[in-house]
Amino acid sequence: MATYPELAAIRLGYGLSAQTPPPAGQDEVLASVKRAVADADGVTMAAVRKGQSRLINLAKKRKNGDKSAPEAIKKQRQSLSLLVLRDTQRRFARAVDDPAGFGERLVQFWADHFTVGGGDVVRRVMVGSHVNEAIRPHIGGRFADLMFAAETHPCMLVYLNQNNSVGPNSQLAKKKKGKNKPGLNENLAREMIELHSLGVGAEYTQKDVRQLAKLLTGLTYSPGHGDNFRAAYAEPGKITVLGQSYRGDGPPKIDDIRAVIEDLSRHPATAQHLSRKLVTHFISDDPPQSLVDRLAGIYADSDGDLSAVNAALADSPELAGHFREKVKQPFEFIVASLRGLGVTGEEIMGLKPKQVRQWLEFPLTGMGQKWGRPAGPDGWPEAADDWITPQGLAARIEWAMNVPQKFRKNLPDPRQFMQTALGETASEPLQWAVPKAETTRDGIAIVLASVDFNRR
Amino acid sequence: MLSRRLFLKSSAIIGCSAAAHPLLSSIAFASAPGENRLVVIILRGAMDGIDVFQPYGDPELRKLRQKISLGPDQGAHDLDGFFALHPSLSSLMPLWKAGELGFAPAVSTPYRDKRSHFDGQDMLEAGTGTDLDVFQQRDGWLNRLLHNMPGAESETAYSVGTEQMRILAGDAPAKSWTPKINLKLGPQARMLLQHVYHDDPLFREGGLEGMEIASQSMDRIKEKKGPTRDARELARFSASRLNGDTRIATFSLSGWDTHARQSVTIDGALMSLADAILTMREDLGKNWSKTTILAMTEFGRTARENGSGGTDHGTGGAMLVAGGAVRGGQALGKWPGLGESDLYAGRDLMPVTDIRAYAAWALHDLFGTERGALESSVFPGLDMGENPRILA
Repeated sequence: MATYPELAAIRLGYGLSAQTPPPAGQDEVLASVKRAVADADGVTMAAVRKGQSRLINLAKKRKNGDKSAPEAIKKQRQSLSLLVLRDTQRRFARAVDDPAGFGERLVQFWADHFTVGGGDVVRRVMVGSHVNEAIRPHIGGRFADLMFAAETHPCMLVYLNQNNSVGPNSQLAKKKKGKNKPGLNENLAREMIELHSLGVGAEYTQKDVRQLAKLLTGLTYSPGHGDNFRAAYAEPGKITVLGQSYRGDGPPKIDDIRAVIEDLSRHPATAQHLSRKLVTHFISDDPPQSLVDRLAGIYADSDGDLSAVNAALADSPELAGHFREKVKQPFEFIVASLRGLGVTGEEIMGLKPKQVRQWLEFPLTGMGQKWGRPAGPDGWPEAADDWITPQGLAARIEWAMNVPQKFRKNLPDPRQFMQTALGETASEPLQWAVPKAETTRDGIAIVLASVDFNRR
Repeated sequence: MLSRRLFLKSSAIIGCSAAAHPLLSSIAFASAPGENRLVVIILRGAMDGIDVFQPYGDPELRKLRQKISLGPDQGAHDLDGFFALHPSLSSLMPLWKAGELGFAPAVSTPYRDKRSHFDGQDMLEAGTGTDLDVFQQRDGWLNRLLHNMPGAESETAYSVGTEQMRILAGDAPAKSWTPKINLKLGPQARMLLQHVYHDDPLFREGGLEGMEIASQSMDRIKEKKGPTRDARELARFSASRLNGDTRIATFSLSGWDTHARQSVTIDGALMSLADAILTMREDLGKNWSKTTILAMTEFGRTARENGSGGTDHGTGGAMLVAGGAVRGGQALGKWPGLGESDLYAGRDLMPVTDIRAYAAWALHDLFGTERGALESSVFPGLDMGENPRILA
């Protein structure tokens, strides 16, 4: 029977660590949420705007036949790629270093809930800013604040085409005629309801989506503009979403959008949808309804206070009852492996770009989790059989065989390593197999590739 | 559109469990579907069709392009007195002469005007029209084909390589593998892992199959080094599967986004494409005669070359067809011309045929898929038109 510290480390965090003891109790688990704040030296939108503006200028020069422009564009893209790479390193390093890891897991969870993806290198830098500037500051606060920050961040606006959406009766639309007349794009509105708040099964209609799309107009992004709300793009007049009206006779304001997000966050379907997702991610692919209802109740009673929900999750008996019903996602698998090996965040930050790509990024792709590139706005899949495919598992075994020795010339004794990485939770078959490995390297690989280690 | 939306909603709800659904998995016991083989290569980055199949017989070409696409005078191979093949594809000339290589010079998906690689590729792989937002098109047309293919099992279709192949994504079971996986396991380690996985069916089956494919592909993939090695690896693994129970393989080749110095920068991509095709021809042996390769790209490039000797994102582009089963040695479909008024939006090659129509007729002729299913399910809303007879 696993102890609470083991359960907390393995199920709520990124696994047991060779460096720090597992969290003794709930307080230590929750303290990690407070530590998961924005990176002081993380990616910012200010850096994105600067880099993007430079690229736009260079593209103009290239179009005009400037011979030096293609080389300068290449250099600029390379420097942005390095920013992305540093950001990836930081995500690994913080998850590897944090003693309890629950905060970093929540960062991953909410970043996935509000999925944004890349495209080109500029978008990939923006994804880093989205996590750093929109997600991290709010994972222990009110959901409405998290949602507002996530939806109005430039990366989301670009990803879900909000920057192409203009009110049909806005000042801008009235000035244009014919084919160039801009119009509505429903993408962000639809996903705000379908994925980010009420959930796809809830009671809403296409008309609500359409009305919300109208209300969201005005939100837009261009690298040269500091403000992401332009009243001239916004649809004027009263707009009704889910029976509630917004934006009266006055000039359109971003506060209208804040108001609708507050209401979406308070909708009973949102409490159920978010609770179900949390329980599915942390507890079981087949989420126990009693826990879903409990979290939904706490969410509703606290007016969407995520710190209350986090505390209830960290304290739930279902952590023990549904042990190992989940499979670690590839990012979790690599982080947990590095923790078990005692690799530090400092070592990860010290890797050369080529090493980051070969030991971390490429393997994630092989395991099915191409970093920063989920297939769609619904993010990474949760089900175990989406990850443990022949290729996905072979890629994990390959990593377990080859990468640990890159980090540690002297690998630990496999039997001791099994104890470090799994505590008292190692199964009979694994305890039987590990001492029989022919080499230290094989022994370590068998622990890391095992069912015990890949499930949580 | 409403019903499609509802379908998406309900499939999102059943989502993960669909693969395990008894009705869906029962087809795994049916017999394998025929001997014909299809390979779809997605050329990511927008291949410049005008440069690959140079319409040197069109007098407008020289007015639009001075640094690139210089025709037979500069080493391109004449094909039919009007088009010439890019010099870097010379290794494919024997296929052209044998009737195993052809192309459609002016095709496109329904995607227009935004010219974003990612949206363009999504639409190409989704195989849908413009009635649905691109990002909602989650499943690919090869996956929907499997639903319409009696006897299809998970081994029937393979996506190969590390690049996500949306074209095969969806709830019909299919395989994926990347030859990059380099898994050497001694017999003892393998036995111990099998012991550790034994009590967990997901790991037991995934592990067994993963280790099996890894050891097979290790035997086969000892590819010589060189700039086209990745492409050859993808092709060799694809061929190895197609020689077994697999009938559909798909992978992607990138490097086509030639905004500058195209006379140099397109070389690597072309040589990779040529080597991929030649590798499959070599490895497929007698099965080559049953094979059709479609190489498709998200859109073409500007008819005019730009100030840096490259081309920018356009609309109409070329599709390459190859294989022992195709009716090669000719250009398929009409040529729209390169005059100012012939161009799309005054800048791009005008697409004359929906690329999906070619794909649909290929599926029809290869797998006997009915036109009704192709126009409603595999490529919803498509009008296939007349059969262009890609196959010999």
